[in-house]
Amino acid sequence: MLTENQNPSLNHKPGHIKHDGHNMTGFIIFLCSESIIFFAFFVGYSVLKISAPVWYPEGINGIDLKMPLINTVILVSSSFVIYFAEKYLHKKNLWGFRIIWFITMLMGSYFVYGQYVEWSELSFSLQSGAFGGMFYLLTGFHGLHVITGILLMGLMLLRSFLPDNYKGGEMGVESVSLFWHFVDVIWILLFGLIYLWQ
Amino acid sequence: MTIVNYDPRLVKSKNPYPKGPNDWKRFFSFNTDAKVIGIQYIVTALFFLLIGGLLAMLIRGELITPPSDLFDPTVYNGLYTMHGTIMLFLFLFPILSGLTNLLVPPMIGAPDMAFPKLNALAFWLVPVFSIILLLSFFVPGGPASSGWWSYPPISIQNPLGKMINGEMLWIIAISLSGISSIIGAVNFVTTIIRMRAPGMGFFKMPIFIWTVLAAQLLQLLGLPALTGGAIMLFFDLTFGTSFFRIEGGGDPVLFQHFFWFYSHPAVYVMVLPVFGIFSELFPVYSRKPLFGYKFVAVASFGITILSLVVWVHHMFYTGTPMWMRNLFMFTTMLIAVPTGVKVFAWIATLWGGNIRLTTPMLFCLGGLFNFIFGGITGVMLATVPVDIHVGNTYFVVAHFHYIIFNTIAFGIFAAIYHWFPKFTGKMFYEGLGKVHFALTFIGATLNWLPLHWAGLLGMPRRVASYDPEFAIWNVLASIGAFILGVASIPFILNMVSSWVRGKSAPPNPWKAIGLEWLLPSPPPHENFEEDIPTVLNEPYCYGLDKPFVEDEQFYIEKSLKKH
Repeated sequence: MLTENQNPSLNHKPGHIKHDGHNMTGFIIFLCSESIIFFAFFVGYSVLKISAPVWYPEGINGIDLKMPLINTVILVSSSFVIYFAEKYLHKKNLWGFRIIWFITMLMGSYFVYGQYVEWSELSFSLQSGAFGGMFYLLTGFHGLHVITGILLMGLMLLRSFLPDNYKGGEMGVESVSLFWHFVDVIWILLFGLIYLWQ
Repeated sequence: MTIVNYDPRLVKSKNPYPKGPNDWKRFFSFNTDAKVIGIQYIVTALFFLLIGGLLAMLIRGELITPPSDLFDPTVYNGLYTMHGTIMLFLFLFPILSGLTNLLVPPMIGAPDMAFPKLNALAFWLVPVFSIILLLSFFVPGGPASSGWWSYPPISIQNPLGKMINGEMLWIIAISLSGISSIIGAVNFVTTIIRMRAPGMGFFKMPIFIWTVLAAQLLQLLGLPALTGGAIMLFFDLTFGTSFFRIEGGGDPVLFQHFFWFYSHPAVYVMVLPVFGIFSELFPVYSRKPLFGYKFVAVASFGITILSLVVWVHHMFYTGTPMWMRNLFMFTTMLIAVPTGVKVFAWIATLWGGNIRLTTPMLFCLGGLFNFIFGGITGVMLATVPVDIHVGNTYFVVAHFHYIIFNTIAFGIFAAIYHWFPKFTGKMFYEGLGKVHFALTFIGATLNWLPLHWAGLLGMPRRVASYDPEFAIWNVLASIGAFILGVASIPFILNMVSSWVRGKSAPPNPWKAIGLEWLLPSPPPHENFEEDIPTVLNEPYCYGLDKPFVEDEQFYIEKSLKKH
């Protein structure tokens, strides 16, 4: 590091750039890019479905809606719950944040459980034609994102117990919350595509 | 004028910042300095240029005679697949990431990239997937052999039935390369959007920064589509799904859409920064302002947007409906408009300029000449009837090598020479550089110009043996390829020797305008540190009475004092 004269000339005003605070920008750019992967899968699903003479594997006419519908309600409402958790954090109510945050985690975990139950009751597999592959690929890839979200939330919850952690470091919570909304929106599109468009 | 006091110990040790240029070990560590990462990228990529070039010479050795006498045809399939993959994913993408890493922070006045650790991670993925890709030479069945585009059904055949096969390793390597590129793209876009010097509005950025932004946005928009396709291909190959299997209700053409939706824009990801390099270098070496700065800048984004809607021109002969062919013929030809804007701007910049034929300028002029030629054959190929006639012949091979080597690699060499003094602090040997240029230009022209004729006469690509009527064109091409191989010798000699014992470089050897030239050579760890200049004008005001930054003399003196 250079030691500079403490009294620079009057006509010279050095500029300054902030070194941090880009995390959210970077994360939003990443999510935009991530959504293209889902978009690619969605387009693939639609193209295959439109062009296929027979879409569902033999002996299957459609997918049962009950379990996924409950899952949808849980996941969509968890997006509102996480919003309140964030509110509590902004109000510096740490315990309120922890409890509501944990409830969001539970709702996410229930979603994964529901997905597991649905998968284990289905009569077709990954190898059952283009539909079977697409169904498991889409729900599985989304499920991975849900699990990632829950793990990230757990990390944030643990971090909240560390001393001095939230000294202006709410970026992590905001990013995870954004990620959770992203996962939620993807699920709504996915639900419409796979379950409602039969 | 300001008096700057320096710590005398730092000046004496010739090592003006911690972990300075004398410490070679940092190039082999998880270093988060963008300048170190940039050099790591470039050296790694040049190493793979040698390997890819060796494969190319093996291919040309096979093709110097009509029968397949040097290799078995199946081995030949692996050779051209790996040649293409190595050149694109192990040479071109990493070397452009390297140049971008070196140039973006100093050019916009930022101390480093926005996410230095992610930056290092993106680089260290390169050796990982490179090793995975090269290991596929040693698995049973050999490396991937279905061409660099890996079309199903050929790519999902897996005749030996082994779980780990060349194709699978290929897909893993490509996906890791994609992750590395996405991390890099997030980093570059964030850095350019958020960390520019005060006063540097979008229309005062150097064109190179414009083109990097355009190219990296394309990565972000396109690359996930290829990753999606690659995941599905992996499932088809390994888990027996039927995304691309006709017998299971899948659609092999769907993969082509996924593949080209990214891989066509990928060409622009590579060529856009080279357009940026041309736009930077022509004004410097002709001592004139860049003609039509704003148009050149905006044309980059025109190319970005258009390049997302042209991919079907690679699929005119794979059962595409007529309306789709016409639509994509139209959009493809439309790309000639923003590209033409740039070409005319460069020529107008050169026109009447005080041209200095240094090595970087020679590479730029050669690259521009070849680009015009390759661009014209590109418009020919966009025409549906011509494309159906010459599709999958050597005409296509010749066309894209004219773009990918004769333009992009020429631009990369120009950039390496131009910024070599800045980032190593040493001058290269001009004579050796000119020898390198002459050999490269002659070799490249001899290699790919004759192949246009072979293609027009109907010689198919990706064959180990061919009809003797094409022999003359192939002999010429092979001689060109070997000259290109020889051309690497003066280059390596020049780079290594001048870095080790070359003359010290002044801060601004080319008398160029630009933030990076206001820094000492090599720039200190955090570039401008706390003294970031305020930008007043775009960096092309050669011969005009427009100051580039506020209080320019202060920075010039500061950069000189460090020597």
